[in-house]
Amino acid sequence: MTLETHGSWSFSEADVAEIEKRLGSLIAESKGRSAFLVDRTGQLITTVGDTNGLDGMALASLASANFSANDQLAGLVGERDFSSLVHQGERVSLYMADVARRVILGVLFDQQTTLGLVRLKAGLAVAALTELFRELFARFEAGARPLSMEAGWVNEAEDEVERLFRES
Amino acid sequence: MSMINYASREINCKIVYYGPGLGGKTTNLEYIFEKVNPETRGKMISLATETERTLFFDFLPVDLGSIRGFKTRFHLYTVPGQVYYNASRKLILKGVDGVVFVSDSQMERMDANIDSMHNLYENLAEYGYDLREMPFVIQYNKRDLPSIVGLDELRAQLNPDSVPDFEAVAVKGIGVFDTLKAVSKLVLKSLS
Repeated sequence: MTLETHGSWSFSEADVAEIEKRLGSLIAESKGRSAFLVDRTGQLITTVGDTNGLDGMALASLASANFSANDQLAGLVGERDFSSLVHQGERVSLYMADVARRVILGVLFDQQTTLGLVRLKAGLAVAALTELFRELFARFEAGARPLSMEAGWVNEAEDEVERLFRES
Repeated sequence: MSMINYASREINCKIVYYGPGLGGKTTNLEYIFEKVNPETRGKMISLATETERTLFFDFLPVDLGSIRGFKTRFHLYTVPGQVYYNASRKLILKGVDGVVFVSDSQMERMDANIDSMHNLYENLAEYGYDLREMPFVIQYNKRDLPSIVGLDELRAQLNPDSVPDFEAVAVKGIGVFDTLKAVSKLVLKSLS
């Protein structure tokens, strides 16, 4: 089952706690530096581990674009998708894997570990996260519209738009 | 679509600037980047060719601050306007919350405007989105150039549904923030 058709979504604190617990285990087991989860539309869900100096928003935007381009490349050679991507650096490398075609798992790692170990442990994490997101989306399917902010919030946000979007 | 993270108390919304090549989409983002308070915006990322034509997208996150305990942020994207980059354009539209169509007011660009508008409808339809039901505004850019199409004609051709529209000279910043404010407010309203 793929989860790619779902629209807006929201996370509860319990959802994020469970995701972060899973990412924490992944870092410990793979000896990676940090792990992150981004949504395919370019939004950062969470990062765990050594994220010092990491621009999470830029990372999320580029990771999702990278994966989207990857999907198109896969299509060109007759594959439905390439399920993972590796960017090998001199000191730091990045491994990314698809989770249910809706989310991307990333692991930043250095010479304290190997690509083989990261790939192995990330594969186990992907399986667990797929199950977790399947439950999360099943809740959305069964429940009400996930996003709804109160009118007072919208009014305040609109005031803030007026204040911010002007020449400083 | 928007994502609310109740754990980190964040709301992120995606706004895409669409339109024909060389119409001024990137210029809009560059002006916003330069003029908003630096503490409220992140790094601007441009995936462009050596000649500074947009190859994949430009990205600029702008932080609205904390509203009733929710950190609210707009992610501004542009798409490449050139006809043959449609695969990239379609990818950027994934999960979009609001659209700005940046049209080029010059007479010789009218066909390109219309083609790009059709392309926008088609690409959104492939994701199951209907532009008529989404936060959507139109900007008529380059109003300072000679040989421009009149406002009535632009509206007739590009804005039959009378969505909010704005005249602009993006290189000088004219109309840039009016456009952004309008689409931002429509996106915020769509969350309620």
